[in-house]
Amino acid sequence: MPTESVFTGLSWSPATDVHRLFTDPFMVHALAAGTIVAVMAGVIGWFMVLRRQTFAGHTLSLTSFTGASAAALAGAPLALGYFVVCGLAAVTLAGTADARRGRAFESSAIGTVQALALGLGFLFVSLYHGILTGLDSLLFGTFLGITSSQVLVLLVVAVVSIAAVGVGARPLLFASVDPDVAVARGLPVRLLGLGFLIVLGMSVAETSQITGALLVFALLVTPAATAQLLTSRPLVSVALSIALALVVTWLGLALAYFSIYPVGFYITSLSFALYVVVRVIA
Amino acid sequence: MFAQQFMQHALVAGSAVGLACGLVGWFVVLRAQVFAGDALSHVAFTGALAAAALGVDIRVGLFAATVLSGMAVGALGDRARADDVVIGTFFAWSLGLGVLFLTIFTTDSSGGNGTAGVRVLFGSILGLSTTDVWTAVAIAVFTVAILAAIARPLLFASLDAAVAAAQRVPVRVLGLVFLGLVGLVAAEATQAIGALLLLGLLAAPAGAAHRLTTRPFHGMLLSAGFALASVWIGLTLAYVFPTLPPSTMVIAAASAIYAGALVVESRSRIRSWPRLIVHA
Repeated sequence: MPTESVFTGLSWSPATDVHRLFTDPFMVHALAAGTIVAVMAGVIGWFMVLRRQTFAGHTLSLTSFTGASAAALAGAPLALGYFVVCGLAAVTLAGTADARRGRAFESSAIGTVQALALGLGFLFVSLYHGILTGLDSLLFGTFLGITSSQVLVLLVVAVVSIAAVGVGARPLLFASVDPDVAVARGLPVRLLGLGFLIVLGMSVAETSQITGALLVFALLVTPAATAQLLTSRPLVSVALSIALALVVTWLGLALAYFSIYPVGFYITSLSFALYVVVRVIA
Repeated sequence: MFAQQFMQHALVAGSAVGLACGLVGWFVVLRAQVFAGDALSHVAFTGALAAAALGVDIRVGLFAATVLSGMAVGALGDRARADDVVIGTFFAWSLGLGVLFLTIFTTDSSGGNGTAGVRVLFGSILGLSTTDVWTAVAIAVFTVAILAAIARPLLFASLDAAVAAAQRVPVRVLGLVFLGLVGLVAAEATQAIGALLLLGLLAAPAGAAHRLTTRPFHGMLLSAGFALASVWIGLTLAYVFPTLPPSTMVIAAASAIYAGALVVESRSRIRSWPRLIVHA
């Protein structure tokens, strides 16, 4: 169950509560992991939104469920399953992108990949005969029981992905904003697209270990979309996207810690509320 | 296989769902609204669990959520087609709500387990009652009737919205009605193959049909045929190998058909493709 059954209620002293929030060992790990994930999702998601690849991003995030269930069935480490399957899916999706044929063809291919991946994931879970609670935490995530070695892996992947995007940021930005002109200027637009999808796949694989396959997408798309509504200057916008992702993640974790409702609900609701407010004002 | 009552139910309901998905899916792909279909399928999950959490019949929540969201996306009109981000933002949130309702439902119901959630996410085609079957058939008939009535103007509006609007085709209303219809079909398909997998039945047979022919009528027939074949093949496989979940097998069959269409298409690239569909 996504129920985080650590709810112990509020004490009478807010100071004690805040102290507990930052000293409970699992909360320390959860906050560290959440912070890494938020920074990463803020950066990668920003490019995803800019490139209008939300559908591909969503599909990649769902394939992480397939990866996890395949790994569980094979008895391999979950992280391995996440990264292998998301990587494969990213390459497949890059193969379906075909500018000459238009979005109709591309989106039906993405939809097929998504349904197949989820179907396979369900197959693996049924073959595994895993308890259903396992299924729920794969889909909806849990912030309980994150180990310090997981946090370390997260950190490494985050640094690598952000570095990759950082190195390719200028050409990627160019290729995203105006692919035709970028091709004319001799930029390897297809290669950039493939590279970006692989980085997206990796970051999704990483994020979904904390948020679950269904909710990665919220962290990827919503802060970035909000930031892009607020400003069109790329650097400011990316920074804003990171900041928003951090704020909703921290608040979401804190709220989930003090209540019986799942962290995914808080993170998605907070970020959606921000988006709506900004959209109405801007 | 045909003597078992649950298989009869599954075959009849599955065929109805397949037919509706194949026909509606052809237009979904033509209009490049697969992502909207994706969003609706996730809203179905939220709607069903909201109903479960409130103690109402799951189907009420399911149909209300998908049809209303479909119309809402339709009301956004052209912006919705261009703006995947708006759809994405909205349904990321609806998933969060779904998780909340799942939590409320499972903590409320005594001895609560995750089966309600799993049934909604991955369907329960082998556990349909007679009423479910009749509902599926009725919805399929209704869908086909509405589609037949609006097919020509919808096709026109999908291919060239600007010219259609100039010719006084009610483009916006058509878009609205169509997405409402997609919502209806999505809700029905959720009960059969699940909220997470119905996208496959919308996108794969239709995508395959679009790759094989550009002629609308042939395309629709082909798409419906592919969807029906996927359901039948999937159910047969699941019956022969009981460990395999039926919804996965249906999607696997649909994906295989799509892959087959890719191969056939790449072998006959000689035919030049009209740019018609790209405009849509």
